Amino acid sequence: MTAAFRLTDSTLRDGSHAVAHQLTEDQVRRVVAGLDMAGVPVIEVTHGDGLGGSSFNYGFSHTDEMNLVRVAVETATSAKIAVLMLPGIGVKDDLRRAAGMGAQLARIATHCTEADIAEQHIALAKELGMEAVGFLMMSHMIEPEALLEQARLMESYGADVVYTVDSAGAMTIDDARRRVAALKAGLSCQVGIHAHNNLSLAVANSLAALEEGVDQIDGCMTGLGAGAGNCPTEVLVAACEKTGWETGIDPISIIEVADRAVRPIRPEQGVIDGDGLLLGYAGVYGSFLLHAKRAAERYGVPTKDILLELGERRVVGGQEDMIIDVAMELQRRAAAAQPAVG
Amino acid sequence: MSRMRCAIVGSGNIGTDLLYKLLRSDVLEVAAMVGIDPGSEGLARARAEGVEATSEGPEWLIEQADRFDLVFEATSAWVHRMNAPRYREAGLMAIDLTPAKLGPLVVPPVNLEAHLDAPNLNLITCGGQATVPIVAAVAAVASVPYAEIVSTVSSVSAGPGTRQNIDEFTKTTSASLVEVGEADHGKAIMILNPAEPPILMRNTVFCALGDGYDRDEVADSITEMVRTVSSYVPGYRIRAEPVFDEDLFRTPGGDVKARVVVLLEVEGAADYLPPYAGNLDIMTASAVRVAEAVAAAR
Repeated sequence: MTAAFRLTDSTLRDGSHAVAHQLTEDQVRRVVAGLDMAGVPVIEVTHGDGLGGSSFNYGFSHTDEMNLVRVAVETATSAKIAVLMLPGIGVKDDLRRAAGMGAQLARIATHCTEADIAEQHIALAKELGMEAVGFLMMSHMIEPEALLEQARLMESYGADVVYTVDSAGAMTIDDARRRVAALKAGLSCQVGIHAHNNLSLAVANSLAALEEGVDQIDGCMTGLGAGAGNCPTEVLVAACEKTGWETGIDPISIIEVADRAVRPIRPEQGVIDGDGLLLGYAGVYGSFLLHAKRAAERYGVPTKDILLELGERRVVGGQEDMIIDVAMELQRRAAAAQPAVG
Repeated sequence: MSRMRCAIVGSGNIGTDLLYKLLRSDVLEVAAMVGIDPGSEGLARARAEGVEATSEGPEWLIEQADRFDLVFEATSAWVHRMNAPRYREAGLMAIDLTPAKLGPLVVPPVNLEAHLDAPNLNLITCGGQATVPIVAAVAAVASVPYAEIVSTVSSVSAGPGTRQNIDEFTKTTSASLVEVGEADHGKAIMILNPAEPPILMRNTVFCALGDGYDRDEVADSITEMVRTVSSYVPGYRIRAEPVFDEDLFRTPGGDVKARVVVLLEVEGAADYLPPYAGNLDIMTASAVRVAEAVAAAR
């Protein structure tokens, strides 16, 4: 039977955020082998912030991502390997190198209002013979009609599929449904959804997207990913099977792979703590979470206050440097509010 | 002394902001603005100021090259790559405000005097103009194995040229951190933020610090440099004292035990776009500064 949608597993890219970009070749080999055996058709492997993401601002990679991509390509027998790139962080040469390593899909991500900075990168992906995926991050911040306009730009540059990406895990079921429906109605290319679990809705939103005809869905094993995590791949597969959506993946095998290959990487993954929930509630980019926790400790201010202030300032993905700015400002404000001593 | 006769090629955000700054210069005369779109707002504004404006493109300029001494290129990197050889043939000096990086990279407070006789000078990017001075200030008193900058501008202040050039922006700025800032390795990140009301241009500089640096010396050098840049870009300021972090950082320039983080903000002079567009300001203010130095050297 053919699958109702194509699944992309992003454990080895979005999951990179959850482990501060410390993934190793060994972990990549084990996870790719498991996903490939279970029948997952696309596996994404890159620094959490995409090609070139290894930096002071986002965290330095433990292992050069090109080595991780190489290991993934060598390990996969039928799955295709995808890479993420954000124009402004990675450059075209990074994409050329990844293609040279055997990556077959290029996922080009921009903030949901800035699709036009992806033109040259989507074109390059096609030129390199890769499948080009347009990835509109923080899609909750604009209305479905505005999102469609941006998606149309990506389609016009040559994207084979355009995703609505809920980077902040801020979408309700209705939000997800309306965005997928708008894209399905207005695009000729395929439509995908990438959900986060900060409001505990990642699987529900993906199922609602299926009802609206979504063609591609992202998941991460055990939910390993930014913020409170992603749509857990193994849960999605099981829920789809029970609902009657064919996935092409055996639920029992994928559950075993999740437990054996991914759960040990971060056993506590899956808990939606107050800070993770707040990301979804305030609409803050998920990968800010660990950086905000670190800044909270360094400057002695509550993580929650940092996240709320970031939401207030409408900071977008990639602006991790603003976390330091916000934490220092909160520290100054707190000091100013202290009664004078002596 | 007669003023240097300048042409602005490109009538977008950068070209138009530059127009207003040149109109105030005592040593530079803005003799023409050259665009390609007859309906361009920049060309209309030039005419309103009594400046000759044409939509006939660089061909027009080349045909009457002897009327000009200097061209400011405010188009995009690939357009400048096509135009540059023709300017040169026509004997026109070029100050390049695109990230084409054909000529030497110039940042006024760091290496203004070094390349005044070059036929083509490149001003890197707005992010480069805002951050290279800080990297250079740190590198002057400490070893900087790796420097990284994050430059965030409001979406409305980034015109189509900037957007199509985002790859060149990133690469040229990265190179400038090494070539002019004198870090051993460099990385630049550019972010567009669509928030309304638009945000001020923000820049964050991270410098890895080699062993043996002196905290006060580094901080003083940074403070002094901020003062120098703000003398020609009045809205350039530091958000807080430089932040020193001690930890193990595994940078592309090798493992280091410390870094300094500098958070900067640039408020524009609102010559064309409102004050949030400090990114235009720092670029055009630097261009004027370079051109005035060229004029003085002649």
